[in-house]
Amino acid sequence: MSTVSTVSSTPVIGVLALQGDVREHFAALAAAGAETRTVRRPEELAEVAGLVIPGGESTTISKLALAFGLMEPLRARVRAGLPVYGSCAGMIMLADKILDPRAGQETVGGIDMIVRRNAFGRQNESFEAPLEVRGVEGGPVEGVFIRAPWVESAGARAETLASYDGHPVAVRQDALLATSFHPELTGDHRVHALFVDMVRDAAV
Amino acid sequence: MVQSYFYRRVRSYVSTPSSVPSAPSGGSAPSAQAPATGTARVKRGMAEQLKGGVIMDVVTPEQAKIAEDAGAVAVMALERVPADIRKDGGVARMSDPDMIEGIIEAVAIPVMAKSRIGHFVEAQLLQALGVDYIDESEVLTPADEVNHSDKFAFTTPFVCGATNLGEALRRISEGAAMIRSKGEAGTGNVVEAVRHMRQINNDIGRLKSLDGHELYAAAKDLRAPYELVREVAELGKLPVVLFSAGGVATPADAALMRQLGAEGVFVGSGIFKSGDPAKRAAAIVKATTFYDDPKIVADASRGLGEAMVGINCDTLPEGERYASRGW
Repeated sequence: MSTVSTVSSTPVIGVLALQGDVREHFAALAAAGAETRTVRRPEELAEVAGLVIPGGESTTISKLALAFGLMEPLRARVRAGLPVYGSCAGMIMLADKILDPRAGQETVGGIDMIVRRNAFGRQNESFEAPLEVRGVEGGPVEGVFIRAPWVESAGARAETLASYDGHPVAVRQDALLATSFHPELTGDHRVHALFVDMVRDAAV
Repeated sequence: MVQSYFYRRVRSYVSTPSSVPSAPSGGSAPSAQAPATGTARVKRGMAEQLKGGVIMDVVTPEQAKIAEDAGAVAVMALERVPADIRKDGGVARMSDPDMIEGIIEAVAIPVMAKSRIGHFVEAQLLQALGVDYIDESEVLTPADEVNHSDKFAFTTPFVCGATNLGEALRRISEGAAMIRSKGEAGTGNVVEAVRHMRQINNDIGRLKSLDGHELYAAAKDLRAPYELVREVAELGKLPVVLFSAGGVATPADAALMRQLGAEGVFVGSGIFKSGDPAKRAAAIVKATTFYDDPKIVADASRGLGEAMVGINCDTLPEGERYASRGW
């Protein structure tokens, strides 16, 4: 992967921009010390040292990734150790398995877990609650859960970083990080800073 | 993120959690605080998740499944698409609850539904039915010629139409969490959507050029709250997500609205009044994501069959122009 920028204190991190709250992740990553790029094509994926899969509609993101030949390149780079952070729909995309997938819905996979979509309910049940996240110092983060998934079950290698109502809502497995909630909507960049550090560690 | 006047005001309408709690949950311990629902952040944040996507009008569960399979980010449950409302005439109202529930059960993506302007009871019913977003829509026959619904009174977020910045800000001041340019629904003619998107953009551009003294008079001219006007001048955009609606019928139409600044598109009659809805729907989804890549939009535009016939907006009598409903 000679095209990938490696050792740098300002890592180049892409945001998968097929659909979703891309701009908010750009802002959070920039505030956390990364250089950001839009990723919609395989050649753009090859240029980044880390990737964020944003919040959005997981069925839409999955279908577009398949239609434009991104799914296999994504899987290949995840297998090769690319650090990836997924929020909400991004968490679903990083799960090895969806409990109740729609017809034709595939994931990138990488984290040994089963996720339940819209587990906390419909939009009327969307909520905010403070959340202590392991590895994020300085008090709880504001958890913003929007039609959010939770982790139904996770394998031994997936470390739970936060839970809500007894369900894991933040997990990490090696260079992969996933949250049910949306730190990109809060103006608090500590979760993104954690991910930027993971990208820096992977580049060394 | 800007912690604006309205942001705080919106939060003051709900059971507010303190932003720095003292007893957070950790591990599997139960949360020390009740979760806050219906906050501005979850309402506006929901719309942020729809960006770059296509929201499609559907009238049956079967159509909803076609839309979901094509990659729609949400569906709008309707009794009749706007083209048929135009053709049939009469009073257009909120849809049958059975139909809305059937669509909610058929798909996993968010389901939106329309209430009449000012008909807050229809909105209460839609909230009770569990729809994810309420469109207080000029496509239905207005129920109140003076007042729009008080959207702060609801947990379910609202999207509203606008033809210019002042109208958009008045809707936001009433609690709308998402704005769509109105266009002229049910015509298959994108000309009004373009007009309204350009108008909103031009209004925002003008605000950005004003100094602090001038913003007060600008608020008066826009007939919108000063705090919101100042926020738009500082952000250079609306404080909520802006989609385009009303007349989008082709992949190129969708890409056009995106290039003009829409963060996503609503497609009404354009899909299910066309020759091959499934193919056209998927094509519009692709064109909305790759709106700035003419080669992909061109490929998506091939072999779609008949587009909806369309109506020239300048031949519409005044009473049939939906965009003039609402104020």
